Amino acid sequence: MKIAICVKQVPDSWAEKKMVNGRLDRESVDAVLNDLDEYAIEEALRIVEPLNEGKESPEHTITLISMGPERTTEAIRKGLSMGADGGVLVSDPALAGSDAVATAKVLSKVIQDGGFDLVFCGTESTDARMSVIPAMLAESLGWAQLTFAGSVKVDAGAKSVEIARMTESGVETMSAAFPCVVSVIEKINEPRYPSFKGIMAAKKKPIDTKALADIGVSSGEVGTTGAWSEVLEAQPRPPRDKGVKLEDSGDGGTKLADYLLEKRLV
Amino acid sequence: MANILFLVDHDGSKVAKTPGELATFAKRAGSAIGVILANNGAGDALAAQLSGTEIDRLIVVENDEISKHGIAAAVSALAQVVAKEKPEAILVASSARGKEIAGRLALRIAGGVITDATDFRSDLSTTQSVFGGSFTVNAKVKVGTPVITIRPSSIEAGVASAAASIEKFEVTIEARDKTVTISNSQPPVKGGRPDLTEAKIVISGGRGTNGNFAEVEAMADLIGAAVGASRAATDAGWYPHTHQVGQTGKTVSPQLYIACGISGAIQHRAGMQTSKTIVAINKDPEAPIFDLADFGVVGDLFAVLPQAREALKAKRA
Repeated sequence: MKIAICVKQVPDSWAEKKMVNGRLDRESVDAVLNDLDEYAIEEALRIVEPLNEGKESPEHTITLISMGPERTTEAIRKGLSMGADGGVLVSDPALAGSDAVATAKVLSKVIQDGGFDLVFCGTESTDARMSVIPAMLAESLGWAQLTFAGSVKVDAGAKSVEIARMTESGVETMSAAFPCVVSVIEKINEPRYPSFKGIMAAKKKPIDTKALADIGVSSGEVGTTGAWSEVLEAQPRPPRDKGVKLEDSGDGGTKLADYLLEKRLV
Repeated sequence: MANILFLVDHDGSKVAKTPGELATFAKRAGSAIGVILANNGAGDALAAQLSGTEIDRLIVVENDEISKHGIAAAVSALAQVVAKEKPEAILVASSARGKEIAGRLALRIAGGVITDATDFRSDLSTTQSVFGGSFTVNAKVKVGTPVITIRPSSIEAGVASAAASIEKFEVTIEARDKTVTISNSQPPVKGGRPDLTEAKIVISGGRGTNGNFAEVEAMADLIGAAVGASRAATDAGWYPHTHQVGQTGKTVSPQLYIACGISGAIQHRAGMQTSKTIVAINKDPEAPIFDLADFGVVGDLFAVLPQAREALKAKRA
């Protein structure tokens, strides 16, 4: 079984983000592996580890796939230190400003060429937060879509997957035969911290960096020129008016109640 | 006149409150055509619930395979309606399902996709609030038919007296869209409290609750609020992860947001800073949440909340 996991390097979700010329300024903030992708990596590891137990060379492998500037290898390295086997990074200046459509196109090309059985993803990246890539990968690959999984059961022998899809619409039990695109929600597991041994091992694991030409996607299909939507204008939100701040000297609750009533908020 | 198609969100028997809102947005650009994807025999009852909205025409697709095979089957059905109607744009309500349908549909009909718009104009351009509300972006699809998801409660649904015309439309779901089989479906467990993203008032607890949400919940029940939690609180297992407000959780924009024992790290602010009025209660006078608050109390939430509750009850009596 070959599992691909799509990962993204994003600005640290604890840091302030800014826009420059209608685009996220990725230079001014710390870049980290998207939090939500760690759950996908953890879940895939939990699936393959018992199957590979005691085997000399692992029969079931996990490959991290990403698209982004060269420093994205740092995020991939983090996933490798958790236990994934290798990575593929598509990095090309022409990719800057790519929209979801182009991202899905590039990632699905790499997935197609890699001969994978399953793709795992987080539900969204914490920067763009569109939450559409897993579904769009299923669409462009023509694979079964098993997304927003709160639990995943993979039957490697029968080549099938069953998940409990958990969204605001409730819980659905759904299943499909390989190949499938699976996205997992935060609730599914507790991602491990990379061990020292894992960090050392990750340094030796292969990351294959490819340009667009290597995967057979033309530069006109991606980036700002290939985008199917465009930002017309981006404005920072005006600062909020300064409010009232008072020390509770025994009547803070009463004053709060008065404020809420006076402003007709409750 | 331009035709704007939109998907009617429902749970099988009851329509959501979003179709009226999407119809009102659609009317800005042309006529509002609602599409209902339903099980066999369920379409009429759903259509009947849409009287009084600004919908001009309703296209009812009845096919049991849509609810059995999930997102791909819904996309297949919708794409067939799009092929027949050739609309200028397609609107879908933002939800996990809505956004997935929009993303797939965009690829299938070769159109650009925009998610989580809070406004939609007659020139088919949109407004989105990005990076947790720190920036406002106007955007437009430039290739193909735009597929746009719109956040619930972005507009007050208009009212119309004329009833929509209703027509049935047959679709065939191809084998490639039936690879997933849904064997069981459970509706969401509804507590007595309003839904986080639709609530007019949200009250959230953070590290300062020390795991005790009793006061936060008691206040929520008194004022009809939804309960939220910071990531610190959900990570600690103090409150369910589905209630997390912030960068990695839900984004809320209620009339009133009350933050209790939440310091206001960017991670949290990103999920609530577009709220109309913000109230903060925190022991630490330096907590960054006070920079956002219209009304802040430096104090212990376990003293301030019960006192505020008693005062509200007394004034109401």
